[in-house]
Amino acid sequence: MNTELTSAVLYLDDVSVSFDGFKALNALSFVVKHGEMRAIIGPNGAGKTTMMDVITGKTRPDVGTLLFDGSHDLTKLDEASIAQLGIGRKFQRPTVFESHTVRDNILLSLSGVRSVFTTLFSVTTKDERERIERLLERVKLSDAADRLAAELSHGQKQWLEIGMLLAQDPSLLLVDEPVAGMTDAETVQTATLLREIAKDHSVVVVEHDMSFVRDLDVMVTVLHEGSVLAEGSLDRVSADERVIDVYLGR
Amino acid sequence: MITKRLFEFTGLPGLLMLLALLVLAVYVPYANLVLEKGSAFHLDTSAVVLLGKYLCFAILALSIDLVWGYCGILSLGHGAFFALGGYAMGMHLMREIGTRGVYGDPILPDFMVFLNWEELPWFWYGFDQFWFAMVMVVLAPGSLAFVFGALAFRSRVTGVYLSIITQALTFALMLAFFRNEMGFGGNNGLTDFKDVLGFDLQAQSTRIGLYLLSILALIAAYVVCRLIVLSRLGKVLIAVRDAESRTRFIGYRVEHYKLFVWTVSAMMAGVAGALYVPQVGIINPGEFAPANSIEAVIWVAVGGRGTLVGAVIGGIGVNMGKSYFTGAIPELWLFALGGLFVFVTLFLPKGILGLLSNLKRKRAASEPDGPGTEPVKERA
Repeated sequence: MNTELTSAVLYLDDVSVSFDGFKALNALSFVVKHGEMRAIIGPNGAGKTTMMDVITGKTRPDVGTLLFDGSHDLTKLDEASIAQLGIGRKFQRPTVFESHTVRDNILLSLSGVRSVFTTLFSVTTKDERERIERLLERVKLSDAADRLAAELSHGQKQWLEIGMLLAQDPSLLLVDEPVAGMTDAETVQTATLLREIAKDHSVVVVEHDMSFVRDLDVMVTVLHEGSVLAEGSLDRVSADERVIDVYLGR
Repeated sequence: MITKRLFEFTGLPGLLMLLALLVLAVYVPYANLVLEKGSAFHLDTSAVVLLGKYLCFAILALSIDLVWGYCGILSLGHGAFFALGGYAMGMHLMREIGTRGVYGDPILPDFMVFLNWEELPWFWYGFDQFWFAMVMVVLAPGSLAFVFGALAFRSRVTGVYLSIITQALTFALMLAFFRNEMGFGGNNGLTDFKDVLGFDLQAQSTRIGLYLLSILALIAAYVVCRLIVLSRLGKVLIAVRDAESRTRFIGYRVEHYKLFVWTVSAMMAGVAGALYVPQVGIINPGEFAPANSIEAVIWVAVGGRGTLVGAVIGGIGVNMGKSYFTGAIPELWLFALGGLFVFVTLFLPKGILGLLSNLKRKRAASEPDGPGTEPVKERA
């Protein structure tokens, strides 16, 4: 499939997933344009994480169309191929390689070599070293480069994971609750960082923290019971009656 | 310059281990061949054989540490690969007996004559050639591991479930090899070996030669493991151990990495088995017993998983203890082994080597400007 069916970077149409009869995603459809940053909000169980799982290949949808870059059918690919295509994912809980140094965490994430025998014989190039230093600077971890990831604070781990994501150089980033457990100052810094990233990447952010979403100042999609309830600016969706009923009003 | 490079490659424990092995390689033959029987430092040939056996176990322990310590795959069936390598070697040694067997058949091993078999089964073809047997020593365990691993890792069987099926694998093989119809000597296995490549297996010089080969093989296995874990592939393996799904979402095909290291490890275990058989003079289905595989895991746990050197220390040390206990107070050995495992699990989760590096870190931390005291720097 090489013909572009849509100009969107991410295209979901009528995607449904059920677990033992429970519909985690119910005919979910939405589109993310190239270079767009989108915030996804919704109450617990609205299907936010399942949506991420489906896009990244962890969960197969029962029905529906899932296109990346208009030409790649994500329902037919596994996690590794999807990641190699250029979709990066940040988990809700910071997930880094604890027994590696911060630098090695970034090194492993650098786009490039992925197969067994190339990694066996690969030597870190000067270009790679420079990329690593730049990324470490960007996520403010240069001073911690040689520490083990396990020794980092919670907020630093979140940033390291964002750094790993950037190292992959994906065209689409999926970010699951990036500021959970962060201090207020860290939250503001993270919003700044994400806005900066959004300049040259498409980003989908799932978040509970309303002030953070307001800081991002982007289009918001509200999920409820596995489908889209409302879409628009944060002010518009928070004025929506149904949204207030299921989510904001409580 | 070279020593510096070597040190970077091995680290301090690795370097000390290599030095110790070199000392053993020189001292043991000297103490056995040159020193007089009356001398306090004389070593009996039986002690040399025993040491050679420990070295084979150390290679097996290394192979387990490679998959368990670095990739988080706990195999409770590595004895199967060890035994397969041993059988490949045993089959060659059987063919080399020739007409010197009890029944004097030039082609058929004794047990086949005894079972009234007319001709050699197809899977015994080629084993009269030493090179063929050597290829099978790595190919038999390697291909079994490859097929088993391809299925298991593709289906994403992990953790305790994988451990259980590795255990089942070795148990199934044990039952199969016990059967006479399998064509591997059944219950009695393969034994009565005469010589290898023309060297008499009972001769003192051959014993020394096999011992030295075992040291060489252990060093080679260590170097291979070290090359793997220091490469970027090795970093990926640790990444898989720490956070498998993260590794996947970065774009690594985790099952390929597991399969690679699993197969290499199985081949290494096969080599260990092949060196073990000529030294002990027998291979039988008992080597497939699940308890053997579990014991080997205990060696690694005791020495310290994920350190390689710890695996060697555990493999040699625990077996020395075993030899001593089973001689001195045989009824207590199993209690000692069980107790050791409980003790290590509770108090030394990182094994002997982990304990040593902890002590070192503590000492460094107690010095005011030591590397361990740097305060955790918080971002504002």
